[in-house]
Amino acid sequence: MNAAPQRDAYDVVVIGAGPAGLAATATASAAGLSTLLLDENPGPGGQVWRAIASTPVTARDQLGADYWAGAELVGEVRSSKAEIIHRATVWSLDRHLEIGISIGGASAFVKARRVILATGALERPFPIPGWTLPGVMTAGAAQTMLKSSALVPDSRTVISGQGPLLWLLAAQILRLGGRIDRILDTTERKNYLAALPHAFAFVTSAYFTKGLAMMREVKAKVEVTTGVTELAAAGEGRLASVSYVAGNHRETIPADLLLLHQGVVPNVNLAMAAGVEHRWDNLQLCWSPALDGNGGTSVEGIAIAGDGAGISGANAAVVRGRIAARGAVEALAPAAAAKLSPMAALHADLAKAERGRAFLDTLFRPARQFRIPAGDTIVCRCEEVTARDIVDAVAIGATGPNQLKAYRRTGMGPCQGRLCGLTVTELMAEARGKTPQEIGYYRLRAPVKPITLAELAAMPKTDDDVKAVVRG
Amino acid sequence: MHRDYDVAVVGGGLLGSAIAWGLGRLGKSVAVLDEGDIAKRASRANFALVWVQSKGLGMPAYTGWTVRASQAWPSLAAELKDQTGLDVCLQQNGGFHLTLGEDEYEQRTQLVTRMHNQVGAADYRMEMLKASEVKRMLPLIGPEVSGGSFCPFDGHVNSLRTFRAFHTGFKAFGVDYFPERPVSAITKSGGEFSLTTPQGEIRAHKIVLAAGNANQTLAPMVGLFAPMGPTRGQIVVTERTMPFLPHPLTTIRQTDEGTVMIGDSKEDELDDRALKHSISAVMADRAQRMFPHLARLNVVRSWTGIRVMPQDGFPIYDQSETHPGAYVACCHSGVTLASNHAFEIARMVTAGALEPELVGAFSARRFGGEGAANNSGY
Amino acid sequence: MFRRSDQDRRPSLQIFVDGVTVEAREGDTVSAALLASGRDVRRETAVSGAPRLPYCMMGVCFDCLVTIDGVGNRQGCLVPVAAGMQIEIQKGKREIGR
Repeated sequence: MNAAPQRDAYDVVVIGAGPAGLAATATASAAGLSTLLLDENPGPGGQVWRAIASTPVTARDQLGADYWAGAELVGEVRSSKAEIIHRATVWSLDRHLEIGISIGGASAFVKARRVILATGALERPFPIPGWTLPGVMTAGAAQTMLKSSALVPDSRTVISGQGPLLWLLAAQILRLGGRIDRILDTTERKNYLAALPHAFAFVTSAYFTKGLAMMREVKAKVEVTTGVTELAAAGEGRLASVSYVAGNHRETIPADLLLLHQGVVPNVNLAMAAGVEHRWDNLQLCWSPALDGNGGTSVEGIAIAGDGAGISGANAAVVRGRIAARGAVEALAPAAAAKLSPMAALHADLAKAERGRAFLDTLFRPARQFRIPAGDTIVCRCEEVTARDIVDAVAIGATGPNQLKAYRRTGMGPCQGRLCGLTVTELMAEARGKTPQEIGYYRLRAPVKPITLAELAAMPKTDDDVKAVVRG
Repeated sequence: MHRDYDVAVVGGGLLGSAIAWGLGRLGKSVAVLDEGDIAKRASRANFALVWVQSKGLGMPAYTGWTVRASQAWPSLAAELKDQTGLDVCLQQNGGFHLTLGEDEYEQRTQLVTRMHNQVGAADYRMEMLKASEVKRMLPLIGPEVSGGSFCPFDGHVNSLRTFRAFHTGFKAFGVDYFPERPVSAITKSGGEFSLTTPQGEIRAHKIVLAAGNANQTLAPMVGLFAPMGPTRGQIVVTERTMPFLPHPLTTIRQTDEGTVMIGDSKEDELDDRALKHSISAVMADRAQRMFPHLARLNVVRSWTGIRVMPQDGFPIYDQSETHPGAYVACCHSGVTLASNHAFEIARMVTAGALEPELVGAFSARRFGGEGAANNSGY
Repeated sequence: MFRRSDQDRRPSLQIFVDGVTVEAREGDTVSAALLASGRDVRRETAVSGAPRLPYCMMGVCFDCLVTIDGVGNRQGCLVPVAAGMQIEIQKGKREIGR
């Protein structure tokens, strides 16, 4: 499962074993293409189906039907001819479709005729005062521990933010007997009105009934405060309390654990480092790749499927994975494409899976004050750079994220901007009176995840490479 | 914003910023015109050495200019700290060029000898040390290190913080910084220069072209000449680690923050978006042979940058005969020479003439219209 | 902050955290095992020495950095535990050679 790749070239290399990556792998492999699936985690499932093959949470109703829906696809991939490598970190991808993979401390390189990126999403940064304190985590972090290790909060716990995942997590924690003291809902009141035009599509979508039932289940057991407009974590060396403002009400709640969530955003690092063009999405407030109808990017041979292509959830991710893989099959083995679902049918499935998404995006569009911090609030967790530092740098001439690095080192730590990039773009846009698109993003390069110097040193090199470095 | 300045500096990198800071310090009204976020910027890709050894083979004046810069750096660092509160972490306790194997040692020895024999070069006490001597100063070197050259004047600095200090400092001096204003045309009429940018025109009595490799295009607009021969370099950098390296090397240095920078290639390719991993691999391999402990450190980033490089490798400082008041300044070593730019060049521009005894050798007239081989010894 | 659900029937195994025996379960990541241990497992950052605990648990935030079997700055949330594993909580910058 975590040996080096068996070949040095594949028809299709799929990166990420979540819903989109699994579906893409199953489709490409079924069409007879040599397929390699690479994933950083110990098992398949990505985040949404995290630990689906190993979870100790055996009472099936506790994680819910949407979780177990992944089992079939995992089975399909495992019984296919596709080669699957877990605990494999892809640290480089270039426009020649050469892929650098770190496995067990050594790097291998493979070439692909088609690459399908299914690197999914990560949680949107939630830069409130005190968010770096021990005891403040993402909701997704708690859910990962719940799914993969059956761990639940057992001390004073506050969950804050907005969006479907927050309610799902709360329900799961309660079902497993965990503790939640309070939910602080940051959904902006004005969003309800804005989302109204999309309401019909939503109430007739799969999200609606499931979502309502889950909220009811949680609200029966936990006090929920809505309309939260200010939020801060505080404590000496660890979280001690959470303060909030809702309407005219201001309260400080003692807490040991604060779980934050304001939606997820595409994980763009590998795609951007490969040179894939991205654009600012004004509704989802994030960078999304510029794609053709089948997930194809601006780089020939690289397609993106799943939430990395723009957030639309697990069901849509599965379909987008199949579409991207079908695109690869059409290009590489047209005869085999006849065996697969027709593209038109897949696009119809996608439309169905994406129904209600506009409503969710509008309703749960995070509020300005939770995206664009001020003062001493840390923006770049790695280099410990505050919002004030960034505004000060703009005042002496920093124009965008790359110049900001020169002034303040933002994004230069190990996370490579994953936890600060969006905040930096929006903060600079506001400070300069520009759009996020005009401000731009960090220029990302390999290695997109750290590798050891020894691993880099062990790569093949030519005499010309040596001559480019060694000089009197 | 006023549009009529004593001096307009074209280029807001380390070189332009140093000169602008120096001019602001002398009370001049200064505008700095710069590009935006995505630009070929040596100022954020450099290796941050304040370096003397092996500079100037083939041009003794460059050796003298470099030694002068090295000696002036402490006062620059002190002034920046006093003015801005920013510590640029200048360290000048000597630096090494290490060699692997006997061939490299022999080659380096010959270079040191040639430097010593060069007539007119300032004596900067560059000497070859055997591996055992190196080990006394750098205890963590590996068995493949055959020795190296050492120069007691060499050092390094936090170059990003220097950049920030110049920008903070020149703003305090009242210098106007205009990013996202690439200059497309320069004309002179009625004793004033007019610089065309997408955001309108800036007027100034004097101009200093400090736009790196772009000087090649800008210089002829005002009767100057700046033949450039840029090269690409790659650098990899590790995560922060406890201090282990008390002296900088030509290819390895530990920053004050704790990261280890490993350089640096020299390639003809000029696409600064692409990286060649096999070249990074050579750098990584040599670094871990020099310091085996480095092998387990994580590489967190790597990048390529385009060197600002006059065609023969030596700096160009010149003033226009056809357009009095127009100056050009470009060099590879924008970090090392920052003190000279801030103090000397700014003073000369203010006075209205470059001083032949200090910088006469760097006039572009030396090219006679065509570039010579690159032998800066960098 | 966290406790294990009673339904967790995975076999347990022993790891060592700063030399002290800690019980983990097969399939835990290092970070999950540390958070479940109830011990003070806060690391200190390389920049300011500020205390941190894991934030994302999915390999992106690098706040779970930890020394595992003598190798510093590993992402604890991506590494499964193994019996006898030696974990050290990092205080500040990694030491060279570790």
